[in-house]
Amino acid sequence: MKETSNEIWVFGDYRNYFQNRVTLQLLARASELAKDLNARVCAVVFGYGVDEWVGEYIAHGADCILVTDHPDLARYQIETYVNLMVRLIEVRRPEIILVGATNFGREFAPRVAKRMKTGLSADCIGLDINEEKLLVQTAPSFGGNLLAQIITPECRPQMATVRPGTFQEIPHDYERTGEIVRVPMPEDLPRESVHLVRSERSAQRSQPLEEANVVICGGRGMGSRKKFRKLIELAELMNAEVGATRPVVYANWIEPEALIGQAGKHITPKVLFSFGISGAIQHTAAINNAEFIIAVNKNPKAPMMAMADVAIVADANQVCTAMIKELKSRIR
Amino acid sequence: MKKMLKLVNCIKQVPGVSELPWDPRTGRLKRNLAAGMINPACRHALEAALELKNRHGAEITVITMGPDIAEEVLREALAMGADRAVLISDPKIAGSDTLVTSQVLARAIKKACPDFDLVLCGCHTSDSETAQVGPQMVEELRIPGVSHVDQLELKDRLLRLQRLSDNFVETIEMELPGLVTVTTQHYTPRYVPLAGLQDAFGETEITRLTLDDLELDESLTGAKGSPTRILKVFSPVTEKENTVLKGSARKIVQQLFNQFDDKIGGAIGKDIKNYQ
Repeated sequence: MKETSNEIWVFGDYRNYFQNRVTLQLLARASELAKDLNARVCAVVFGYGVDEWVGEYIAHGADCILVTDHPDLARYQIETYVNLMVRLIEVRRPEIILVGATNFGREFAPRVAKRMKTGLSADCIGLDINEEKLLVQTAPSFGGNLLAQIITPECRPQMATVRPGTFQEIPHDYERTGEIVRVPMPEDLPRESVHLVRSERSAQRSQPLEEANVVICGGRGMGSRKKFRKLIELAELMNAEVGATRPVVYANWIEPEALIGQAGKHITPKVLFSFGISGAIQHTAAINNAEFIIAVNKNPKAPMMAMADVAIVADANQVCTAMIKELKSRIR
Repeated sequence: MKKMLKLVNCIKQVPGVSELPWDPRTGRLKRNLAAGMINPACRHALEAALELKNRHGAEITVITMGPDIAEEVLREALAMGADRAVLISDPKIAGSDTLVTSQVLARAIKKACPDFDLVLCGCHTSDSETAQVGPQMVEELRIPGVSHVDQLELKDRLLRLQRLSDNFVETIEMELPGLVTVTTQHYTPRYVPLAGLQDAFGETEITRLTLDDLELDESLTGAKGSPTRILKVFSPVTEKENTVLKGSARKIVQQLFNQFDDKIGGAIGKDIKNYQ
């Protein structure tokens, strides 16, 4: 095994409110893991004019910030970022690297892992240190029906992408101090062969489902496209967002952006209504951080019902209709 | 004469249902209970390749790694319009993680289609959903690559790509050869006529490759060659102490709102208390 420094790195993505939150969540978990390993938490920040985030990440638990600040890094470009990261890893040899399972993170982390010839587990929903001081990565596996605990016993760094919303960020403490290591931009980085011609923020609200207080999620049990669309009416009454399971998206009852699941959105609402969803783990793993779950299903034994706080044994479509009617009479 | 465009699609056979039963004693999926199908995103990526073929003329090679039965998805890809098919099948590959899988596939591409112009993969599979093999093949092949592409367009040797990534709408250009992973957003996979499917089971020869053909050492592949180890597998369903409501829909809803008006009303920001 190669000698490593005792550092846990968190890739610091700050581009949107949502990605920045993910970074803070990872810093919080990394701080816990660091206690077991007696390690330091380092945030790695690449960009241009990013000092604001350096301070924020120290306040949220980083002991050290590795920052490269350069005009060429103003936009996230995959090859440049991979090259920079790999050089930094080779110099400092961290023990663990955590990356948010965002679109960028899920492209970036596999390429870094491949260069380092190390393991990477995808979209983890749990991270722990075992008695052998190894990172135990809990990730959905085997057709999404099960969870697997994965370790990387020999190769370093141990790498994982982590599902947004899995961990709670810790409150900021602007009294905290940390080391700031300014890593100069290397002059001999290979030129980018993938050219970002245009990159604009989407006009839509960035993450409506992920940030919603209330989500109404529907599955095949709604019966038909027409009946499924009634959930949208219900959502309007409740200021809620509408999500869906994979069969529903495939049947084109709703647009693919509404997919809640391992391949879609991961949500952490205060209240989740689940209509006619049996609860394949690809779906349930993406909602298990919801605070309060109300599930409606004809089958009381459906896995979705077992994880609900309120399990309603009834036809999802009928309950939806009754709820719309009842809300209209109650809301003044 | 201009060289014919050479496209490679890496596809995977996945279980045809989203909820596979599993044996609680062994923790293994009962995969034999579900018929296999082409992974949905791979099917969309194949459609992207077929549209390039329609427009520019191209030869499409489909490659899959899996047990012998994975031949089915290759046959289906041929019926959709692919020209050649390669099956990498070797029991020693079983248990490979993404690092090893990306190496095996990249070797197979170099062997079966050394002068490829573009490799297309699905953005993720429906059974493991790591989305890692595509980007890792980019590294293995040392070519430009972009993940999560919604739409692609080719002009001479320049590939223009559109995608929505982390709420950024991006236009990206890269020179061939390259690799893209394709989402299910834009392309609509074509229907495979039964007659075409039958033909595909007859005529075209499928090239079979083993680890020896790829000159890969057994110790570097399969579970042995993979840096990750699976410690244990378990079912995540946890039973909660919950409130069960039954009866007529109207009664249930009233009971729900009466009992949990604070919880629900608080979250939706409206007063749903019943004042009647």
